[in-house]
Amino acid sequence: MNARTKEQLEEALFPPLVALLVALICGDLLIISYGQSPAMVYKLLLEGTWGNAYGFGQVLYKATTLMFTGLAVSLGIRAGLFNVGAESQLAAGGFLAALVGLGLSPAIPGIIAVPLCMIAAAAGGGFVGAIPGWLKVRFGAHEVIVTIMLNFIILALLNWIIAAHLHVPETLHTPEIRTGAMPRLESVIGAFHGSAANFTILIALLTAAVVGLYLFRSRRGFELRAVGLQPDAAEYGGVSVGGVWFRALTVSGAIAGLGGINYVLGYKHYYEEGFAGGSGYLGIAVALVGRNHPVGVVLAALFFATLSQGGLAIHAFVPKQMVEVLQGVVILAVAMSVPEVRAVLRRGRKPVTA
Amino acid sequence: MNPISFLTQMLRIAVPYLFAASGGVIAERSGIISLELEGLMLTGAFSATLGSHYSGSPWIGLLSGILGGLVFGLIHAVAAIRYRADQVVVGIAINLLAIGVTRFFLKLAFASSSNSPRITGFSGSPAAHGFDNPLLWMGLLAAPVLAFFIYRTPFGLRIRAVGEHPEAASSVGISVNRVRYIAVAISGMLAALGGVFLALDQHQFTDQMTSGRGFIAVAAVIFGRWDPIRAALACLLFAAAETLQIQLQGNHVIASQFVEMIPYALTIVALAGVVGRAVPPAALGKTGE
Repeated sequence: MNARTKEQLEEALFPPLVALLVALICGDLLIISYGQSPAMVYKLLLEGTWGNAYGFGQVLYKATTLMFTGLAVSLGIRAGLFNVGAESQLAAGGFLAALVGLGLSPAIPGIIAVPLCMIAAAAGGGFVGAIPGWLKVRFGAHEVIVTIMLNFIILALLNWIIAAHLHVPETLHTPEIRTGAMPRLESVIGAFHGSAANFTILIALLTAAVVGLYLFRSRRGFELRAVGLQPDAAEYGGVSVGGVWFRALTVSGAIAGLGGINYVLGYKHYYEEGFAGGSGYLGIAVALVGRNHPVGVVLAALFFATLSQGGLAIHAFVPKQMVEVLQGVVILAVAMSVPEVRAVLRRGRKPVTA
Repeated sequence: MNPISFLTQMLRIAVPYLFAASGGVIAERSGIISLELEGLMLTGAFSATLGSHYSGSPWIGLLSGILGGLVFGLIHAVAAIRYRADQVVVGIAINLLAIGVTRFFLKLAFASSSNSPRITGFSGSPAAHGFDNPLLWMGLLAAPVLAFFIYRTPFGLRIRAVGEHPEAASSVGISVNRVRYIAVAISGMLAALGGVFLALDQHQFTDQMTSGRGFIAVAAVIFGRWDPIRAALACLLFAAAETLQIQLQGNHVIASQFVEMIPYALTIVALAGVVGRAVPPAALGKTGE
């Protein structure tokens, strides 16, 4: 390993480690405030997640959605853009996947129906992502605000469509899709019985690999990162900055939208109001902790999924809301330590001569 | 439609927006992005509930609500200013943190995952239609007072200076960070008051009771182009639309979801510059460099 790689790794790994330590200490305080023993609660948390097949299956299921939203956010950040809209892109993707699944004839086999639903999901998310992309390129509207505002608009629109036209009476969800269901992992590995884990996780890992190749091995990805680091220099170098922005936000939205299949095709087989349940916002945390690298994002998604599933495992002793506090603490701690770690590490280094 | 009932209902809806938007304006005018209004309101509502529950006095509730907002505002300030953390991320983190913290302590203090017991509010006589609630008047006065503070006092000038051109402010001896700390602290207390009003008005805290009001306030700040009075007018406009929708509910004139979209759609239109471009303070969000 050369010195440059080592430096980059240090800069990437220290902030999440610092954050983990801070979160552990905060967790200790919360557990003690509830009159329980931290060691016992942390042990329960691990046993309920990585210690048994059902719990682990649930972690994989929850991590799958977070991988998509985390990858979506990180791709945007690589282009210097903050996509806060993964929440509604995820919902739009899940909604369109359900529509296609409802519209297709049950006679169409899964091998054809699933890809069609996936295309619909990516298109739905991609469309929602393209709106802030277009508004930014055309009018210079800041993507952070536009994506936040769009979250509310898109979710309200979907809620209206469901409430006015598509719901099963007395529920907030559509009827079940007629084809396009993604098989559960339990159909291959019996130990996962009862957990929601399904083959969408393979799609998620594949997406992570493709995003990695795109970012670090393709010309387009190089342009994207160049724009993210220094848009003026990239423009001078002949890159169309506006084109990259539009493409990045559209692709980012498409990735988040694809995540909608985890719930719709893989778990419940219908679209339900509010199914995104914060996974889009948590995608920001995943991207941040994963340091915007596909491998990091996959690991960070597993971490946050463990926390969320772990909350259920400890609920008998400490309220599961503890893990929500810890999520917030982790994000804050990473955000605060990134510039700090960089400054400390760079202070200790000799300047590089060109 | 009864105009009195329309007005009172509109003001009740508007007051939380007015407080939170005023908080957003002062923080953003100093150059600090304020996406955490939702979290600040929620914290304010919960702290006020704790204060009022344990003391029996809504005034103590009001004070502890302000204190809660101050604490979260200072967390935001320290992260964004001292540690130069990305302000958008910090804002989102504080929103998540506020949901988690209020839920955890709701469970710890009241052994409930949905709501607190009934607390004492500023309950007046029914004949007054809520106009004897001091928080209502404070909410209506927040924007004019803030406008005076920002445009007519030396400290207000400093806030605007560090938000537009921190280097220039610094070169004439203004401590940029100190001004920003104070602005964000005031922002935390103001936004928290929006939550205090909600909790005391409803006589309890319920889980996630702010339900997106903080983001409507963010929309009002931008739609009002970072000016206290225009932001307040945006709040009143959004509240009027909501009131209209509630009062017309039986008629099925328009689905509630489309009324919900109004503030957000208007904000996007304002950002895109279709009718008068919304231009943020020049140094907004730039503490990282």
